[in-house]
Amino acid sequence: MVNRIVVGAHYGLRDWIAQRATALFMVVFTILFAAAALGLPEMSYQTWSGLFRNGIVRFFAFLFFLALFYHAWIGVRDIYMDYIKPVGVRLALHLVTIFLLVGYAGWAAQILWRL
Amino acid sequence: MTKRTIQLKMYRYDPDKDDKPYMQDYTLELEPSDKKLLDALVRLKSKDDSLSFRRSCREGVCGSDAMNVNGKNRLACLTDIDSLPQPIVLRPLPGLPVIRDLIVDMTQFFKQYHSIKPYLINDAPAPERERLQSPEDREELNGLYECILCACCSTSCPSFWWNPDKFVGPAGLLAAYRFLADTRDEATTERLDNLEDPYRLFRCHSIMNCVDVCPKSLNPTRAIGKIKDMMVSRAV
Repeated sequence: MVNRIVVGAHYGLRDWIAQRATALFMVVFTILFAAAALGLPEMSYQTWSGLFRNGIVRFFAFLFFLALFYHAWIGVRDIYMDYIKPVGVRLALHLVTIFLLVGYAGWAAQILWRL
Repeated sequence: MTKRTIQLKMYRYDPDKDDKPYMQDYTLELEPSDKKLLDALVRLKSKDDSLSFRRSCREGVCGSDAMNVNGKNRLACLTDIDSLPQPIVLRPLPGLPVIRDLIVDMTQFFKQYHSIKPYLINDAPAPERERLQSPEDREELNGLYECILCACCSTSCPSFWWNPDKFVGPAGLLAAYRFLADTRDEATTERLDNLEDPYRLFRCHSIMNCVDVCPKSLNPTRAIGKIKDMMVSRAV
């Protein structure tokens, strides 16, 4: 490949919106979840897992983790774009990060849904 | 009137003579008429003519004498000497290659500026007199057209430091929005296509160093936000 500066990938807007949307979702969920957790009669395994037996909490907690991993992906990719210059290394790091985050998402689902 | 004396600490580098840059201390006696930092630099150069810096209009219009003063990018001609703690530390604009002393190579900066096509694109036949705008439409260009391309903003932007070859930078993006906002321009789609890129536009993380340093009090971050708004409204 000739050594020229190439730009014009024509993406970025979706990630920019997603980063803000996921951040907003996480803030709202964190506040509501904290309120629900603090409102428990006592902090024990039973009440805690009881909270997660509620279908709505499960639904939004799972979305929270998906939002977290998508948000993390955009942020981490930004760091790679700024600081990792060799394209091969950057691509390898992208793949490792995607594999890790997808794995974490599966793991989070398993933990949430077995409660 | 007693004469004032100031202490300066100046970045010096002459690639023909010096192996590497160094800081040189100066003590300078000012005349009562010396008000701005540029006055002091001109006086200093009359004593040490090996010193190099750019300057032209000396009134904040040409943008030639941008430099890093006590850690902040500013125009020497608009900076009051008395407002600066001493010693006044002068360095070239950060992030650009140094040619000599306070003179930097602005090629990369202007390349980015040219990449956004900083001119009106309108293929319609020119009217007999001029292309008209309503006063409201003209209002939108205020705070955009006043940029003097001094590079204070782009060279204070970490995103521009890391990717000067790919990120357009605050000055270029402010100019890009100046033409996107111009109702006489017809290349809106092409301009947005040209910027919709993870590097060219989306390296901006709204750090707002650009707003902090702009000697003309312009707001590139707001202009960049409006470009993103335009992209959202055409995509959603």
